[in-house]
Amino acid sequence: MIAAHLPALQIVIPLAAAPLCLLLRKGDLAWALSLLVSLIALAISAVLLSQVLAHGPISYELGGWAPPWGIEYRIDVLNAFVLLIVAAIGAVTIPYARRSIADELPESQLGGFYTALLLCLTGLLGVAITGDAFNLFVFLEISSLSSYVLIAMGRDRRALTAAFQYLVMGTIGATFIVIGIGLLYMATGTLNMADLGARIPALGANRTIIVAFAFLTVGATLKLALFPLHFWLPNAYAYAPSAVTAFLAATATKVSIYILLRFFYTIFGPAFQAEDLTLHSLFIPLAVIAVLVCSTVAIFQINVKRMLAYSSIAQIGYMMIGVSFDTVTGLTAGMVHLFNHAVIKGGLFMALGCIVLRVGTCQIDDLAGLGRRMPLTMFAFVLGGLSLIGVPLTAGFISKWYLVQAAIELDDWVVAAAILGGSLLAVIYVWRVVESAYLRPAPENAPDEVSEAPWSMLVPTYILIGASIYFGVETSLNVGVARAAAQFLLGGAG
Amino acid sequence: MSGSAAILLSILIPLVGAGLIALNGRNPNLREAVTLGTAALLFIVVLTLLPEVSAGGRPQATLIEMLPGLPLAFEVEPLGMLFGLVAAGLWIVNSVYSIGYMRGNNEKNQTRFYVCFAVAISSAMGIAFAGNMMTLFVFYEVLTLCTYPLVTHKGNEDARRGGRTYLGILLSTSIGLQLLAILWTWQVAGTLDFTEGGILSGKASGAVVGILLLLYMYGIGKAALMPFHRWLPAAMVAPTPVSALLHAVAVVKAGVFTVMKVAVYIFGIDLLRDTGHGQWLAYIAAATILIASLVALTKDNLKARLAYSTVSQLSYIVLGAALASSWSVIGGSMHIAMHAMGKITLFFCAGAIYTATHKTEISQMDGLGRVMPFTYAAFLIGALSIIGLPPLGGSWSKWYLALGAAESDQIVMIAVLMISSLLNVAYLMPIAARGFFLPAPHSPTLGEPHAASVGAAAAPQTRGIREAPMFCVVPLCLTALGCVALFFFADPLYRLLEPIATP
Amino acid sequence: MTNLPGLYNYWIVIVLMMTGFYVVIARGNLIKKIVGLNIFQTSVFILYISMGKIDGGTAPIIVADTGGAEVVYSNPLPHVLILTAIVVGIATTALGLALIVRIKEAYGTVEEDEIFAKDEQA
Repeated sequence: MIAAHLPALQIVIPLAAAPLCLLLRKGDLAWALSLLVSLIALAISAVLLSQVLAHGPISYELGGWAPPWGIEYRIDVLNAFVLLIVAAIGAVTIPYARRSIADELPESQLGGFYTALLLCLTGLLGVAITGDAFNLFVFLEISSLSSYVLIAMGRDRRALTAAFQYLVMGTIGATFIVIGIGLLYMATGTLNMADLGARIPALGANRTIIVAFAFLTVGATLKLALFPLHFWLPNAYAYAPSAVTAFLAATATKVSIYILLRFFYTIFGPAFQAEDLTLHSLFIPLAVIAVLVCSTVAIFQINVKRMLAYSSIAQIGYMMIGVSFDTVTGLTAGMVHLFNHAVIKGGLFMALGCIVLRVGTCQIDDLAGLGRRMPLTMFAFVLGGLSLIGVPLTAGFISKWYLVQAAIELDDWVVAAAILGGSLLAVIYVWRVVESAYLRPAPENAPDEVSEAPWSMLVPTYILIGASIYFGVETSLNVGVARAAAQFLLGGAG
Repeated sequence: MSGSAAILLSILIPLVGAGLIALNGRNPNLREAVTLGTAALLFIVVLTLLPEVSAGGRPQATLIEMLPGLPLAFEVEPLGMLFGLVAAGLWIVNSVYSIGYMRGNNEKNQTRFYVCFAVAISSAMGIAFAGNMMTLFVFYEVLTLCTYPLVTHKGNEDARRGGRTYLGILLSTSIGLQLLAILWTWQVAGTLDFTEGGILSGKASGAVVGILLLLYMYGIGKAALMPFHRWLPAAMVAPTPVSALLHAVAVVKAGVFTVMKVAVYIFGIDLLRDTGHGQWLAYIAAATILIASLVALTKDNLKARLAYSTVSQLSYIVLGAALASSWSVIGGSMHIAMHAMGKITLFFCAGAIYTATHKTEISQMDGLGRVMPFTYAAFLIGALSIIGLPPLGGSWSKWYLALGAAESDQIVMIAVLMISSLLNVAYLMPIAARGFFLPAPHSPTLGEPHAASVGAAAAPQTRGIREAPMFCVVPLCLTALGCVALFFFADPLYRLLEPIATP
Repeated sequence: MTNLPGLYNYWIVIVLMMTGFYVVIARGNLIKKIVGLNIFQTSVFILYISMGKIDGGTAPIIVADTGGAEVVYSNPLPHVLILTAIVVGIATTALGLALIVRIKEAYGTVEEDEIFAKDEQA
């Protein structure tokens, strides 16, 4: 009985728990509840993925209203995969957040923090699970509004302006998406995504649909921070509390890419954007520029969090390259990287959070000598950095392998070279940190009491870093599911 | 012990050893015992593979399927057997030497040093026994990364700069060029397994073969083909045992070994010869041989001179691959062992001199031969072997290389080999000659404070200098004897390598 | 394009949208930015409401006695949808204003250029 309602429970449980956290007031109680909820969400998403892999897509009619009138939750390989990523990152972040947040926020705000975090989780899961276009917008706004709150909780006052900037840009992006959805409704009379997908090819590329497509594309690319619409991201990541940065970096932009994939492939169909609009001729150059320019900008950052934020924009470029290739290998590569980058960047930001907890800042010069004083944390950072570069035996290598392979399949040598060139730039920015931590003596006036981070933060960090190594060696889960999803999207044998 | 178990063990033993070394960091004697024990055990395990391989067997092992169709797989063939034996055998000698050197110079972070060293050996074994290009690439990168802490061991500004060059060149060539070449090969050939006769023949056109060869040869930065050779002199900031085993044997030989593997098992000798692309590679190699030798002449720092000598000697092996004849491939492969034995001797001597006198510049080493006779005698033997004079091992490999050049009608290359030998004489012999024949300087202002404080102002500075510690001197005598032994026992080596050239 | 005047509400949508967008981009005052954002969102509300209206349609309440004539109803769905969007818009505005209050406390100003100047100094 319960099994049949899992898709609803995936959303309802964190949604219901969120206000409870606010009522509990006590930080530890709210934390315990959030932890429980996040573990349940992870378990549900794992069950859903295994069901989808075994029996094909699941359709769930919310409230018993049949689609296309009611809201349908529709889970196929693609969103089951995204659900798992989001839920897993959530379940790792919350144990980590306890010490990290207690250090950065006053006790009175802890309940509010966990409320916002659970709402954000709800929103992201909701975006992934829903099969209704307007419902997607609502969940997107739930996750966005709560992430503005989370970012504004950063200690630095610049967190406030960063959150405000993100709010303005995010709202514009989301509003664009509503406009697009509205236009689609005008043209087709339905909001159900599967239904839209069935009706649009018959209408062909008429003007309403093209305008809707344009609004949706710009809105989604704004949310996923594709170059040159990325300006909100570096500050938002740099000044948010550490746990929030880790959570958002690993999930928010990934879910936005999922939205784009949904629009492109399920609603408009692969033929529409590839053949009628040849969108890849726009996206691939932008993505390549994102990789090269943002990796270069990352090299010059003094604040390591900002450096990783710029690196994230570059990595989003990689994903967009894969997605824009429009081949099974390309889509697989994009989605593999979506998964791998979530794991890698989550782990890196967590390691950085450990440093912030002990040292107080994350300026590159303040990291001098940390290799000796926080060996475990720095080692985690080095492993994550190697994975970001794409050294063999790490998840990053698998991503690069498929990306370059996809480029070579299409004889696109410039892109292949750009992907590898981006890796080399990553070597430089990762190694600046490594050199600072291992090859420079600790500053004279450094506080003596800097010691290893607490276990409650190290263990989640190492879970993600360990996963980034594990998925570089044993690739059947991430590559297998990504390939199944790619074939499903391109209409092959799911 | 079955072949596949031995292969996996030879990769695992050094790793386990590294773990044990890390655990015993507080007890140096136990830690060093673990290093030596691991090295001995590894050598024995590698030796057990030898009979099967020389009998024509090809032991295999598979670890896991990393990507669909691309498992981490191992297969021992003669070339890998040779490289494995060289690396494992010299690790024992080098470990003894490391103990003498590291203790003699009171180096810091010795535990990290031994741990990284063991991991480096493990990845060298992985490279030696790799069954496909993917596996080789994986261990190639691991080797780069785990030697980085060794290069930057001193942790000062020089080490930082050297490490940057080291990592920068090795990673950018391997990720930027080699990985691209591997992916392209995978796309064209549909496999990356090392196969006799090559996997590209019949599948790629002449132009593609040319570009791929270029990508591979410059992608394998560890082979130090000019202009990507700068990392090797930069790596000389490392403690001498590192330079000796890694930057004269394991790392650089991993590079040229990869070159050989790619030439023989990816392209296939026939393909290289028929398309004529070996030609330009041969010229690049020849240019590297000569230019590096000339640069070596100008270096006063002993380790820098040896480093450039290594750059030059490595290109002999690349030349062997490029000439693409059966003699030249055998000659090049033999040179892996011959040069390893000779060059490690020279580095051991450089380290012994440094430990005993703290001198690094050749111009300061006048007259040292008379107070350090064993070291200088070993140096002389090593130098003669590098030059290629009988009765020393180095003469064989040069002989086969010259035969190969003659076989493929490359008279120019024979000339290059001759000129290079003369240049070797010019940059190596003066070191020994200065040590034995020139009087030690008297002026205290020229000398090191250390030496000056020992001797009286007017006395020769060499007074008070003695041979380096036993742990340093015994290994270098052993490797010098090895150079002689390789001359007389070259035949088994030849028989081992014969199958790779005549499939 | 004979029915251009007949589509005047869509023209209003476009004018409002561009006005709002311009205000968000061009104004440095954070309050004005929020106002601009509101105007921008309002244009979307009108878009949705317009699309639900059907010529001659009545409120979508079932007429009991149609007297045999066909009754045309307006489409209620866009109206319901936009009710949700309005709620979202209010939440955004509220959050934006709350952030502005906090920014004012922290910086003492709500002008963007002054805030940047203060960050540069710090």
